[in-house]
Amino acid sequence: MGLFDLFNKKKSSGDYAKDRLKLLLVSDRANCSPDIMEQIKNDIIEVISRYMEIDASGLDIQLTQTESDGGNGTVPALYANIPIKDMKTKAKPVK
Amino acid sequence: MSEVIVITSGKGGVGKTTTTANVGTGLAKLDKKVVLIDTDIGLRNLDVVMGLENRIVYNLVDVVEGNCRYKQALIKDKTYPNLFLLPSAQTKDKTSVTPEQMKKLVEELKKEFDYIILDCPAGIEQGFKNAIAAADRALIVTTPEVSAIRDADRIIGLLEANEIKRTDLIVNRIRMDMVKRGEMMSIEDVVEILAIDLIGAVPDDENIVISTNQGQPLVGDNSLAGRAYMNICKRVLGEEVEYLDLNDSGFFKKLSKIFKKSN
Repeated sequence: MGLFDLFNKKKSSGDYAKDRLKLLLVSDRANCSPDIMEQIKNDIIEVISRYMEIDASGLDIQLTQTESDGGNGTVPALYANIPIKDMKTKAKPVK
Repeated sequence: MSEVIVITSGKGGVGKTTTTANVGTGLAKLDKKVVLIDTDIGLRNLDVVMGLENRIVYNLVDVVEGNCRYKQALIKDKTYPNLFLLPSAQTKDKTSVTPEQMKKLVEELKKEFDYIILDCPAGIEQGFKNAIAAADRALIVTTPEVSAIRDADRIIGLLEANEIKRTDLIVNRIRMDMVKRGEMMSIEDVVEILAIDLIGAVPDDENIVISTNQGQPLVGDNSLAGRAYMNICKRVLGEEVEYLDLNDSGFFKKLSKIFKKSN
C-alpha cells in the first residue's frame, strides 16, 4: 500500500456530507421528531420486555435507508439494536 | 400559452434573486415577453440586481391594494423592451398580500406575458405561500451544502403537497476544483439526494458578483455562469442543450492531464 492509498482511505468531506444528508433526509421526510422516536423506543422496550430481559439503556433505534428487496432503489428502514440480557423461559401473560 | 415559474430554495442566500434576474433576462433575450415579480415583501432585492432601483414608483402591495393599476407599477428593463419588473414593497410586511390576491394578479398578467417569474422569499411562511400559490412549475435553487440541500428537500415536499406540476433543480455555486478533491458534493450527488430533474448547474463565478455590482444580469455573455444561465433558459423553453463542462479553466485542465499521465 502506497502513501497515497493511506490518504485516500480517509473519507473526504464531500462524501461525509452526502452520507450525513442521506440519513438526515430520511428522518426529515418521515416527519419523525425525536419525541416520536423516543415513543417508538419506549413501546419497543415494553413489548420486547414481555418476552425477554433487555438492556433498555443500550437500546438504539434509528431510521436508515436500505436496498429494497424488489430491487427498485433504496427504501427507509427502521433499524433497532436491542441488547438482550436474558432470555426468559416463559412469556409473561399480557394484561 | 403563458407559464408561471416560481424560483425558490427554502434557505436564504443561495442565489434565488440572481437566478430570477438571469433566467428572466435570458428568456427575454430569447424573445419571450417576461415579467419578474419580487414577492419578498419587506426585503426588496430584485430591483437592485436588475439595476432598476431608481425607477420604482408603485409596488406589488400598491397593485393588490388597488392604489394603482398593475401597468403603472411595471418597470420596463433598461436593455430589453419585452422584460418587466414588478417590484416588492419595502415598508410593508409579508401579510400585506394573500395567496388569493397573488393568483388574481397572475391571472391578469397571463393575458399579456409569456413568462411570469416569481422570486420567492426564503423560508416557508406567508411569503412562500404567496409565491407558490399561482405557480405552474418551480425551479429549486440549491448549493452543494448540507443546509441548503436539506431545506431544498423540505421545499420539494411542500411543492408536491401544493400540487405544483413540475419542479426542476438548479445546483448553484458549484466549485469543480473542490468537487475533484472530494471536498464538495458533486452535481450528481445533489441530484441523487434530492431525486428531482436537473435543469442546470451554475459555477461559483466571480463574474456574478461583478454583474450584480453593475445591476446587469450576465446571462448569455461569455462567462461560464453566463453560458450556464443561458442553457437553463433554453431548457426552460424545452430545448435539449448539452451540459457545459464546468472545468473550464484551461490551465488546470492541462495540469491535471499532466498529472494523470505521470501516474
